[in-house]
Amino acid sequence: MGKTFKRPEALRDTPTHYCPGCTHGVIHRLVAEVIDELGIRDRTVGIAPVGCAVLAYNYFNVDFQEAAHGRAPAMATGIKRVRPDLMVFTYQGDGDLASIGMGEIIHAANRGEKFTTIFVNNAVYGMTGGQMAPTTMPDQRTTTSPFGRDVQAVGMPVKMAELLAALQTPGYITRQTVIKPKYINRAKKAIHKAFSYQMENRCFSFVEVVSTCPTNWGMTPLDAIEWTENTLLPYYQLGDCKTPEPREEAA
Amino acid sequence: MGKVLMKGNEAIGEAAIRAGCLNYFAYPITPQSEVAEYLSRRMDEVGGVFLQGESEVAVGYMIFGAAGCGARVFTTSSSPGISLMSEALSYITCAQCPAVFVNIMRGGPGLGGILPSQGDYFQATKGGGHGDYRLFVMAPASVQEAVQMVMEAFPIAEKYRNPVMILGDGLIGQMMEPVEFPEDLVVEPTNKDEWATNGIGNRPGDTPNLVKSLFLDPVQLNSHNLLLKAKYDRMRQEEVRYEAYNTEGDYRALIVSYGTMSRVCRTAIDFLKEEGLEVAMIRPQTLFPFPEKAVRDAAGKAGCQVAVSIEMSMGQMVEDVERSIQGRCPVEWYGKCGGEVPTPEEIMDVIRGMLKK
Repeated sequence: MGKTFKRPEALRDTPTHYCPGCTHGVIHRLVAEVIDELGIRDRTVGIAPVGCAVLAYNYFNVDFQEAAHGRAPAMATGIKRVRPDLMVFTYQGDGDLASIGMGEIIHAANRGEKFTTIFVNNAVYGMTGGQMAPTTMPDQRTTTSPFGRDVQAVGMPVKMAELLAALQTPGYITRQTVIKPKYINRAKKAIHKAFSYQMENRCFSFVEVVSTCPTNWGMTPLDAIEWTENTLLPYYQLGDCKTPEPREEAA
Repeated sequence: MGKVLMKGNEAIGEAAIRAGCLNYFAYPITPQSEVAEYLSRRMDEVGGVFLQGESEVAVGYMIFGAAGCGARVFTTSSSPGISLMSEALSYITCAQCPAVFVNIMRGGPGLGGILPSQGDYFQATKGGGHGDYRLFVMAPASVQEAVQMVMEAFPIAEKYRNPVMILGDGLIGQMMEPVEFPEDLVVEPTNKDEWATNGIGNRPGDTPNLVKSLFLDPVQLNSHNLLLKAKYDRMRQEEVRYEAYNTEGDYRALIVSYGTMSRVCRTAIDFLKEEGLEVAMIRPQTLFPFPEKAVRDAAGKAGCQVAVSIEMSMGQMVEDVERSIQGRCPVEWYGKCGGEVPTPEEIMDVIRGMLKK
């Protein structure tokens, strides 16, 4: 009997550096499976962020560019405009996308750039050791909010999916998570949908994935999953915030 | 093919297209917005790509992305905008991607003014961004020369896999001069399969390409820097360009000047010649690599009492002039900023004054 479950071709056979309980591993796998299923590995270009996934190009088996912090949507715009035949995706964390890169993601989405963004939201700056992010929850303690996020001083956490969905330009904007098998199945479908829209050259696609960071949250992986379910998901609600308008039927 | 009267900014845009560059990303800023306005229509005519980005920061990275997947691409901006692109330039140079940037300099620092200046010499030649990197820098002194330099910039960028910066100024950008577009400067793009992210299926083999600038291992990063340095050393050996003016006979003073400022100096030299005072000029056409030997030889000629760096800045190129001349004769500086362009009469007074001392 042959192998029925194997590593996607779009993923390299190598261990990653991600922490135990980190969701990057699952998300990488889902993206790679979709790339394989759509048969687009040989024309996909990924753009790595500055963040824990800065070395994503060591794990994926497709062409990759490495962006400066927050600039991936601008680089994706450059690639997609000059080579619309390439399938382009950015893979970004919340510091990268929602803080320094806020301008770039909003404008790329607003122009309707035909690439896909995978947005890993774990409410904290992971790689640099757990500082506060625009997505950090009220009263959440981080290394730069030791007394908890004070919303009086720095405002409420940013809901990126809703923010981008509010733009008038059509797009596929969705929020998912991967903390349990049922969510993983839905997240995979969403990622598949996102890349499919790009194959149709239809619209900008954005998949926010609510994620865990046990190391910087100071929790065990299992507690982190529970905290995500109890604290993050009620605020960062799952589902499609926007889908592109149906195509006009030919007259 | 006859000459056409064209505004510098528009000629620069047209020159890129004639050089086979059909991709332009930019942001409006005075005094170069006409490039974007011209190309927004012209790129459409030639089936090229035009996009006005949301900021110079974003544009710098659009250039990086496009260059990284193997396309010929360029942008134009002016001083404050180039500051915003400086981080991208550091990344692009480290990642060894070819691209062309044009800086139509304006008064600075800060928001400054919108009139011509040469205040970005340090930024262009010493690296306005972080880390050990250099740009290949060319400085045109006329609209025709701007056309030529823009067209030459693309093959140079591809030869060295390094960004090339054309350092113009508001005068060159705004004025109109007769221009022709040389056919013999058109160079086919190089094959970039070895490194560009143009899709695994579009090249032989099955290995992904990676465009990056992160080297966490210090030994690797040092090696990478040595590799980049070797390119700059090669540029210094092979790519120096300059114009020597009135250096054939004897002269009492040497002017070193580039771009628009050199035109004023040339006129001053001609007027002084009529009065019997011989002054020579070395006009660098590449600011990096700087024509060190030409400047040193010209300054060391018997009878030359002083070398003057004349620039529309508070003294930036003068440091390279001093470094090149290595004490063979005294080095002075004269300049004006803020958009003020010295007149030939002013330069004549300055030279006479320096020779009296």
